[in-house]
Order: sequence, then C-alpha cells, then structure tokens
Amino acid sequence: MAADASTPALTRITTRRPSLISIIGLSLVGLLIFWLVVNFIKGPSYFVEVLFIGLATGCVYALVALGYTLVYGILELINFAHGDVFMLGGMISVTLASAFGIKSGMGGLWLLVILVMLLAMVCCGILNATIEAIAYRPLRGAPRLAPLITAIGVSFILEDVGLAWKGPNYVSFPDVMPHSNAISVWGVDIGWNKIIVLMITVPVLLILLWLVQRTRQGKAMRATAQDMDASAIMGINVNRTISFTFLIAGALAGSAGLLYALYVTTVRFDQGFQLGLIAFTSAVLGGIGNLPGAVLGAICIGLIQAFNEGLNWHAPGSDWTQAIVFSILILILVFRPEGLLGERTPEGG
Amino acid sequence: MAQVETHVGTRGEIPEQIGFRNKLRASWRGLPKEQRWAATIGIQLAIAILLWFVDRSLGYAALTITAIYWLRRLPPLPWRLALEAGIVLVYAVTGPRSVAIVLAIAFALFWAPKEWHGWLIPLTATLTAVFYPFFADRMFTIPVFGAFPDVATGVYMIVFIMMAVGLNIVVGYAGLLDLGYVAFYATGAYTAAWFASLQFSHRSIHFGAVGLIPPNVPGIHISLWLLLPLAGAFTALCGILIGLPTLRLRGDYLAIVTLGFGEIVYVLARNGDNMFGFNLTNGPNGITPIDAPGWGNHLSSWTGGFLPANYLTCCKAVVFGHHVQSADVFFWTALVLLAFTVFCSLRLRDSRLGRAWVAIREDETAAAAMGIPLMRTKTWAYASGAFFGGVAGAYYASFKSATFPGDFFFNISVFILCMVILGGMGNVWGVMVGAAFLAYLNQEGLANTGSWINTNIHVGSWHPNIDVPLYASGIYGVIILVVMLFRPEGLIPSRRRAAELHEGVHDTPLYDVTHAG
Repeated sequence: MAADASTPALTRITTRRPSLISIIGLSLVGLLIFWLVVNFIKGPSYFVEVLFIGLATGCVYALVALGYTLVYGILELINFAHGDVFMLGGMISVTLASAFGIKSGMGGLWLLVILVMLLAMVCCGILNATIEAIAYRPLRGAPRLAPLITAIGVSFILEDVGLAWKGPNYVSFPDVMPHSNAISVWGVDIGWNKIIVLMITVPVLLILLWLVQRTRQGKAMRATAQDMDASAIMGINVNRTISFTFLIAGALAGSAGLLYALYVTTVRFDQGFQLGLIAFTSAVLGGIGNLPGAVLGAICIGLIQAFNEGLNWHAPGSDWTQAIVFSILILILVFRPEGLLGERTPEGG
Repeated sequence: MAQVETHVGTRGEIPEQIGFRNKLRASWRGLPKEQRWAATIGIQLAIAILLWFVDRSLGYAALTITAIYWLRRLPPLPWRLALEAGIVLVYAVTGPRSVAIVLAIAFALFWAPKEWHGWLIPLTATLTAVFYPFFADRMFTIPVFGAFPDVATGVYMIVFIMMAVGLNIVVGYAGLLDLGYVAFYATGAYTAAWFASLQFSHRSIHFGAVGLIPPNVPGIHISLWLLLPLAGAFTALCGILIGLPTLRLRGDYLAIVTLGFGEIVYVLARNGDNMFGFNLTNGPNGITPIDAPGWGNHLSSWTGGFLPANYLTCCKAVVFGHHVQSADVFFWTALVLLAFTVFCSLRLRDSRLGRAWVAIREDETAAAAMGIPLMRTKTWAYASGAFFGGVAGAYYASFKSATFPGDFFFNISVFILCMVILGGMGNVWGVMVGAAFLAYLNQEGLANTGSWINTNIHVGSWHPNIDVPLYASGIYGVIILVVMLFRPEGLIPSRRRAAELHEGVHDTPLYDVTHAG
C-alpha cells in the first residue's frame, strides 16, 4: 500500500507510449463500435429500446458491483460471497413480499415495496457484516489468498442456505410492475419497469456517494482504505469501519436483490454466482476500488449484455453472454488492468 | 510482516488464569491422575452407549476407538499387546472379520520400529491399493459412511487424486490460486473424446487402436496410450496460453481470471455444437461413446493375456478366487498413472524448478532478486499442473466412455481445491488423503451418509428427510471454511507451508496490476 503512492508517476510514463497491446485493444474497441453503429442504422428505435433494457440491467449490476468495489477498496479482498448475499436478498424479498401479501394493483403498493427493500437491506447488511466477522477478520494477518479461499467457502455455504430455504426451483416474486409504456415517442417504447428500476437505483447510488464522500464515517472508510495502520493511530476504529463497509455493501446487495426479483420476477439459489461474477467484472472494468467506476462498468456490462442478447445483426446471443463477460474481464486485465477510469486508487470517489 | 523463521513456536503460551476456558483447563490439570482417567473413561463410555442407541454398529465403533485411544496411554508390554490382541480377537470371533484384519495390520505397523515407517507405511498403502479389487466386496461397513467404495468408485477416486496432485503443484508449490482447474480436466477429456470416438465421422483415421475398433468404423480412433501424453501435452499448452497473459496479475486477480477461463471452457463445451457451423463438442449431449483403452491383440497374445486386448470386453481370468472385471483393469491402470503422477510431483518439488516455486510463493521480490525468472517459472507451474489434469481428464473420459459439459462446472474446480486445502497445501501425501476422502464422499459417501441420517436419527416417528448429496457444495464450503480458520495448513501439513500460514509471509507481488502494461 505504501509503495503504491510512489509508483503512479512511473507507471504513467511507461504506459503512455503506444504499444502493440494498446493498438490491438483499440482495434477491438473499434470493431465493437462499428458493430453497434451498423445495428443502430439497421433499426434505430429497436436499438434504443435494447439500450434501455441494458441501462436497467446495468443499474442492478451497479448495486452489486459497488459492494465488490467497496470491500476491495478497503481490504483488497475479492468478496466472493457477495453475489450470494445478493441472492439471499432476493430470497428475503420474496418471503417478505408474500408475508405482506404484495400483489399487483393494491393500495400503497410502492410504499410496501420500499419497506421490503429497506428490510432486505438491513438483513443483508447484517449478514454481510457477520460474514466478515466470522470468516475474514481472523485471517487478516494471513497470506492474502487465505481470506479469498474462505470467501469461496462462504459463497458455497450461502448458496446452499438458499437451496435449503427455497428449494432448487425458481421462486416467483409477485409481478407488480406496470406493463404499460412510460415513454412512447418516435416508435420507441420504454416500459415502466425500466423506469422504476432507474428511479429506485439512482437515489440509492446518490445516498451512497454522499455517505462515502461527505460523512465522517465515509472519511474513516477512505482513510482505512489508504492505510489501515496509520488510520488506527489516528484514532479510527478500524474493525468498526470495516464492519460498516461490509454493512453498506450488504445493504446494497439487498436492495439489488429486491430490484432483480422485481424486474425478473423470479429468484433462484444459483443466481448469485452468475450475477456476482458479472458484477465483479463490472467493478474491474470500471477500475476496482473506484465508486463511479463501478457504476460506469456495470452500465457498460449491462449494455453489452443487452446488445448481445437483443440485437439482430450478428449478435452472438444469450448462450454466449457468460463467455463474453469473462472475455471482457480477461481482456481488461490484460490490456488495461487499472480499469476504465484511469488510475487505480484505493479510496473511493 | 515478520520473517518466517523469527516467530515460529512462540504462540500458545497463555497465562493459566485468564479466561473461562483456561481456568477450566487449569482446574482439570489440577485433579489427580486417577480421577481424570475415570472421568475420561466415563465420558467416553457414555458417548459410546448414546451412539449405540442411535446405531448399534456406531456404538461398537466408538467403543473400539475408545480402546485404541487408551492403547497409547498404557505401558507397552504386556498390557498394550494384550489389549490389542483382545480387540482383534473380539472382532475375529464376533464382528466382521475384515475389521480384525485391518486392526491387526495397523497395530503391527505401530509395533514396527519408527525408522521403518518411512517406507513401511507407503508400502502397506501401495499393497492395499493394488490388491483392493480382491477384497473390496468383503470389507466391513463403516458406520455412517456406509460400505467401502467399490472398484469403479476407486477409479473415480484415483482420477481425482491425480487432479488434486496436479492442482497441488499450482496451488501448493507455487502458491498461485487456480479456480479454473476444471478447464484442464475438460481439455483432457475432450482431447480423448475427439481422437477416440465417432465425433468427426466425416474422417476415418485409425492409429494404434488395432484390435479395438474395426478399421471400417468412421471417425478418428487413436489408441488411448498415445492420447494420454497427447492430452497432457495439449492441456499443458493450453495452460501456457492461459498463463502467459494472466500470470503477471497478482494472486486474487489471477484466481478470478482462471475462474473466467474455466467458465469460458464450460460455455465452449456447452455451445460448441455449432461453432460457425462446425460441431466441435456436440453441445449439451456430450460426446459418447469414447473408445475404451486396450493393448491390441498382438500385445495381448504376446504377454499371454496379461495386457488385455480391450478393457471393456476383457477379463476372463480368475485370480485368487476373484473374477477379474473390467473395472479392476481400469483401476490398476489408474494406479500406474497415479504412481507416475506422484513420482513426477515429488521429483519436481525437489528439483531446481520446484525450489524456485517455493521461493516465489514465499517472497516474489526476493526470488526475482535471486535471479529466478518469475514469468517462466510460474508458467511452468501452470503447465505441469495442467499436464496432470489433462492426463486424468482423458483417462476418466475413456473410463466413463463419455464426456458432458455438465461435468466441467465451476463446482468441480472448487471441489478439487477443497481436496488440496483439506489434505494440506504443498504436501503430496496429505493432498492424496484429502482427495481420496472427498472423492469417496462425493461419489458414494454423501448418499450413504444421507440415508444413514434419514433412517437412524429420528424423534419418535419423525425422520429428517434431507437429500444430503444435494448440499454437497455447501458441505465442501463448510470444510473449506473450517479448515482455513482452524487449521489452514490442512490435515497432513507440509511444515514449511504451515509456518507461512501461521506467521504470514511477505507476499506483496512484484508485478502489480498497476505495474502491468
């Protein structure tokens, strides 16, 4: 960590000359843009609709990706179990929704949905902080791969908790999204469901940014991310700060769990693994440890997924989404390991 | 972070009067010897009786274990010998006779001089394994875990032991966390499937498969004995190709990237039935049947039938009153492959390359300063680990006569990693024990345990109806978590790795993501 501070200037000099690798990378990006432009010309209104699907999916990914980035920023740990916390968030939402008897067209529907979301956030936040206390804290001095291995173990345990709780089949969430179109101009139809996802996600993201950048606790988080020992000397309770970070990350995963259940209307025990990896890729794409980067990366990945599955001209289709996402991960790590938003900084913002 | 040498052995000295547990321990130690012994025996007997009510054989097992526990504390001659003879006799007369034989061998091993153990225990284990098909069906039933594995399960176990030993090179020796080892398994399996099946039926290439496949059958048919090294080499090449761009990443990124590669291989296998119009992997239906191995008619008749012409249709021999079956031959061949793997693994560990791996694992910067080429050394670790994964995959595909994309899911990677962690990262013997145990659990043990729990544990007429194999991955998760938290060096640790895990190492990588480019 201490060595990182002195290296950026050096790195900048070495990475600035155009190498073969960056030429290959740029030509790949060029091909991607060409493909998008051709698709846009062939069907502009359809393209915009697909774009909004991607935005909505990307927002859900962003909530999960932020959890990865927050935790990585502070502990340099890939919290492998995060995707499964998100899955449990979906399960909790389903349970609460049926307990509250949520159904389409009832009075005070959206208030209840917000209440479910808050409860899911609280549960997942506490769950995530507990996981940190049990599985990661005892290993803080161990080689850095040790907590990653326990994280994988925790991920498998949580997945089976979901399996034991709700069984191996899809569990349906009440379909409460209005099916009418919110916007309908120039032949572009955008459904309410996408708008609602955006309306819920954006405030959550803004609150998070405010929390990390403007509050005292956020300052403690950033300080701990920069240098754990020094912030302990300055009187910051490092353990509590880390717990708080996990709490927030878990809460974000919980809200994502509800949104995903609301948007897709089904929940299953293994959704966390897939979506967790996609969200992690988003975090790396945006520059891990960087909060706006995670959101940007998630939206990029959401768009790529939507374009891949939705567009007509030479799109590989949904069978290949997973492979494409992982290829992006590998390409990013090979060509631009610091992510889209430039210099990798351990502190958020 | 402290250096490895400085702090070894300074843990564990806790003042006696602090904390409830230490007070309890101190007051226990303060009791007279006889009282402590009486209390211990009482507790053990109580447990045995309690277990007897749950399941009788479990109660007897607990009693036996209690007796063995006290063996170590008895004065050697004649008490110990008498008790041992007593236990063996009781089993020989009443219980399953195989228990008596197993116990007798174990006791005899402990009477042998300590300096013989170095070769005596491996020798006994090898002999047991070689003759296993002869007595597998006569073994006793283990309480809770059920019957001993049959020979086909034995092949499965050996294949997974091979893969665990291969992964141990990457994770244990070189300290690179590989979460996509299943990709190498898949590559090996598909190599065998491509070159020894009807998959490419528009070609007709036969080589070395004399006496197995009639020459008019379409498809590529190459003898498995040629395919095993080929699959290994091809997989090693894949390992190098995966390694070159990714190995300069630091540990946790490397883990995720390998995971990504594993998933990509899975997706390729699943969707490979239409790769630009070409059917490469036959998609979710998998490639089946795959040719069985065999030595061909010439070699078979030349060795008087010792080397069977075809493993599937072979074996009319009756040896020691045991009708040799196809699975037995697969089992013995797998044992030879395993012996080769273990030999290579041990020789690699002690070679210049192996010491370079350990050096990189402990301190990358220092290793680089000592003149170790980091990238090349790490790539070699990847390639060697991949080689054995490929060989094991090819052999297992031929044994199962099929390969399906569903066999290469991420769970398998973690499953193999779990074997390495449970056994003890870096220690070949530990990894083998861990792998054998977990592979057995996965194939038979979990199902047996499940049915044992569902029949024997009940409150009145209420039985828990748990489908235990369904929760296999969660059980591995628990094993990983418990081992990493309480005994990170594994069951049979390598001493050096244990010191690193307890004291920490200076593992800040030389190549950081921010340095790449």
